[in-house]
Parts: sequence; structure tokens; C-alpha cells
Amino acid sequence: MAFDTMELRDVEVWDGNHAAAQALRQCQIDVVAAYPITPSTPIVEGYAKFLADNYVEGEFVMVESEHAAMSGCIGAAAAGGRVATATSSQGYALMVETLYQASGMRLPIVLNVVNRALAAPLNVNGDHSDMYLGRDSGWIQLDAYCPQDAYDLNFIAFKVAEDHDVRLPCMVHQDGFMTSHTAQGVVTMTDEVAYSFVGDFKVMNDMLDFEHPVTHGVQTEEDWHFEHKARQHHDLMTKVFPKLEAAFDDFEKLTGRRYNMVEKYDLDDADVAVICMGTSVETAREVAQEMRAKGIKAGVLGIRVIRPFPFMQLKEALKNVKAVATLDRSAPGGAPGMLFNEISGCLYNEKVRPMISGYIYGLGGRDLTKQHLVDLYTELEANVGAGQVLTPLQQYIGVRGPKLSFL
Amino acid sequence: MQNNGWNEFEIGAMLRSFDGKIDDIAGTLQEDRPYSASNSFTASVADWRIEKPVFAKDYCIDCQFCWIYCPDMSIISRDKKMIGIDMDHCKGCGICVEVCPTNPKSLLMFAEHADEEEELARWPEKTDEKEEK
Repeated sequence: MAFDTMELRDVEVWDGNHAAAQALRQCQIDVVAAYPITPSTPIVEGYAKFLADNYVEGEFVMVESEHAAMSGCIGAAAAGGRVATATSSQGYALMVETLYQASGMRLPIVLNVVNRALAAPLNVNGDHSDMYLGRDSGWIQLDAYCPQDAYDLNFIAFKVAEDHDVRLPCMVHQDGFMTSHTAQGVVTMTDEVAYSFVGDFKVMNDMLDFEHPVTHGVQTEEDWHFEHKARQHHDLMTKVFPKLEAAFDDFEKLTGRRYNMVEKYDLDDADVAVICMGTSVETAREVAQEMRAKGIKAGVLGIRVIRPFPFMQLKEALKNVKAVATLDRSAPGGAPGMLFNEISGCLYNEKVRPMISGYIYGLGGRDLTKQHLVDLYTELEANVGAGQVLTPLQQYIGVRGPKLSFL
Repeated sequence: MQNNGWNEFEIGAMLRSFDGKIDDIAGTLQEDRPYSASNSFTASVADWRIEKPVFAKDYCIDCQFCWIYCPDMSIISRDKKMIGIDMDHCKGCGICVEVCPTNPKSLLMFAEHADEEEELARWPEKTDEKEEK
């Protein structure tokens, strides 16, 4: 190949965006169709720069909207390329229609989503509103807590999405600014090792196979649509977890870094636990450690795989916990938060199950402080002592004014 | 696809145009191509049509205008000679009639139930364009 390799230090100081861009370079993406948006801009900008500097052989397609960006990715993926892009917030919202096309057409596109609030009011900071918007779209959704995760999970995303038993698109989420713009030490792989993990792209039903022409994006009505969607959902529910598990194993062998469907921290003997995603997981781990020093048996459960939702792993992880709090970083829009709903659903039929209470926090980039989590663990400990949930089921953390709660 | 079982489809919203491997498809006439059962060429959409074109060969000058303008490639032409209309795919839009330059026209639209032999037997005479004005 005619492109150059890049010499990396063993540990580079990268923010989440640059980590993701480097991963796209090392995976040798054929096509990136993009319409940059804050805070994800440096990912596609980074790929474009690597391309211009001859570190990757591919195409950067500058399009007129995020709808067109994902449409371009769909076309390129159907043609038989390794394809990726990145977006956030409003751009993600505009992309939603095409997200369903990508998953229904079984195209293994990787979308880096740098999570950001949805307007109105307009806001560029991190929350999980965009991530939640796509949770029924049929994509695999992985969540990074830090730049290292953002780097690593991109490789795992390609490996699983492109597997011919899976063939589903995959999102890699990271928190806007908190991860995307916060530089940390990232342990790197050499270009050769990184590429060997994902391997050459293996085409399937590609449009550029002129000896076997195919029509992509066909129409089916009531006679076939349901069978297509049922099989798609079946594959998402049953085939992704084993492939993810295998990819996590392979990645651990290669790098020593271990990922899991759910990330448990001090959970096995915990009485009280916080369940959350993104950068909050790292804050919660620190606070849990401090609560332990005060005699409260606190744990943390981080969701690594949002879709397909790891019901079985959660059920197992939470079986001995007495009280859990779900932390949803998205305006719930007339319902409990997503995590509260999903986790209640997975525990409801269990004979022994923890008490569960839901919290909405961090909207529009509002900080989740350690003190917030100390107060939260204290509430959970009081629930354990009383044998019942003493608070409303839905509370707000960190919003000014009188305490806001529902249910 | 109507002959396939409920579980006999490949993943993705994807259909194969031909059965097996193809070679030089551009150089192969439509009737000789190995179209698959799921190709639209093998499906009739004749029932979408409420008016149909009728072709009067005697007046045709093989100018190929209808062949060029037909949006559904439903004009069958071989060696630059107009042969007829693919009535499985013609939607009855009437563009072929509109662009036909002969006098009288070599293609005219009739109701779908009209009898083709009868209409050909009473095909309009050549009109004097000066008289029309």
C-alpha cells in the first residue's frame, strides 16, 4: 500500500476525539462521509488530515448535512467499503432517519457519537440525550468512559460489526468535552498490531461485485417487512453478545486491557450501587471507594454495551445488591429514565431483587460532583436500613431551586 | 419472491438481480439475461395501468423517439427497429404517444379494456395540419 505508517509512543497524550481519529486511521477506513459538528468535529477533521498527509488510503466526502453524511456512509458501505463517521447532538438527530436504514440494510458502519445535549435551549455540552435518541435504531451501542476506551472500543466496534454473522452498524459513544476534549494518557498499539486486530475488510453482497449485481434498500410491505425486522432483532439480541465477548477476549490478549458488557466495581459484596454511563462511572468509582472507608459497602456498575442491553449480565451482577440507583443523563420526557426502566424490567421477575430508585442528572453538561454521589449513596444506605425506598422514584441531581422529584 | 418460504431471504434489504454469476450483461438482450425471480423484470406491473398504448406498425418510421423517452424501458426495439411494447412493465404514461412524430401517430392511448384489433382497424387518417389551424 502506498500510505505511510505513523510512529506512536507507547503512551500518547490524546483527548477522546484524537484517540478516535487515530483508531480510524489505524483501521484504514475507506470512506468517511462527514458533516462536522461540535464536539465531535476533531474526529472527522483528524481523519481528513491523516488522509491529506498520506497516513491512510481512503476518501473523505464533505457533504451538506448529517443526513447526507450517513447516507453517504450507507452507499459506501453497500458498495463494499470500511466506513465510519462521527457526529453529535443536532447532527445526530438529523441522522436518525438514516440510522434505521443502515441497521436494516445490515451495513457495518461505525459511528462515533460524542454525546451532547439536544436543543432547545441550544447547548454544546455533554449529556446523553443524543445517545438515547438512537437506542431503538437497531445499532450496537458501546460506551467509552475515557479517551483510552474511545480508542479501544473503535477497534472492537469494527471487529464485531463487520463479522458476517452480525453485519450490524455500531456506535462508539463518548462524553462531549469531558472525554472528547480532555487529554489523558492513552496506551497505543502500533499500526501493524492495531490493523491486525480488525483485519482486512471482508465484503458481503457488495455493489461493486459486477458479476453478482445486487439491489440494496429494497421495499417490502406487510408480506415481508416483519420477517426482516424480526431476524434483524434476533441477530442483535443473540449474535452480538458472543461476538463481543470474543472480541473483548481477543483484545485483552493483545493489549492486556479488559472490557465487559457491564463493568463491575466493588460490586460483589456491595449493599448499595450506582448504575451509570460515561465519565460519571469514573467519578462514582472514586466516591464508592471513599464510602467504603466510611463503612458503607458501595459499588458501581458501568454500562459498557447499551444496545443490545445486557439484561442477563445485569441480573447476575445485581443479584446480591440491596439498593441501586440508576443515573440517567437525559431528560426523560414524561417517563422514568431509560436505565430505570430497563433495569427494573430485567429485575422484576427475580425473587430477590434490589430496591431501585432513579435519578436524572448532568443535563447540558451540568457537573456531577463527588458530593452529589456521597449524598446519593447515603440515601441508598438509608433505604437499605429502612427496608424500603424512602425517596420518590425519580429525583433530579444538581438542578438549582427547590428539590425536584416525581413518582 | 412469492415462491420462497418465510425464512428464505438473505439479511439486509437486498435482492439479487440475476441467478448466479453474470458476464457481459450489457451485451446480452433482456430476454436472454438470467434475471432472478426477485428482479422486477420478472414481475408484471401491468395492473398499475388504466390506459394502454397501441402500436400501429404501418405508420412507424423507426425514429426511436419512443424508445429513448420511455421512462420504464418498455419500448422493445431490436436493431433500431421498433417491435412493440413490453406490456408487463408499461405504466400507461403516454409519453411515447406524445413524442411520436408521425402523421397519423404510430402510437395512441386507449382504455385498458379496448380491443387492439378494432382500434387498429379504425386508426385515424392523416390530418392536414393547415386545416387544423
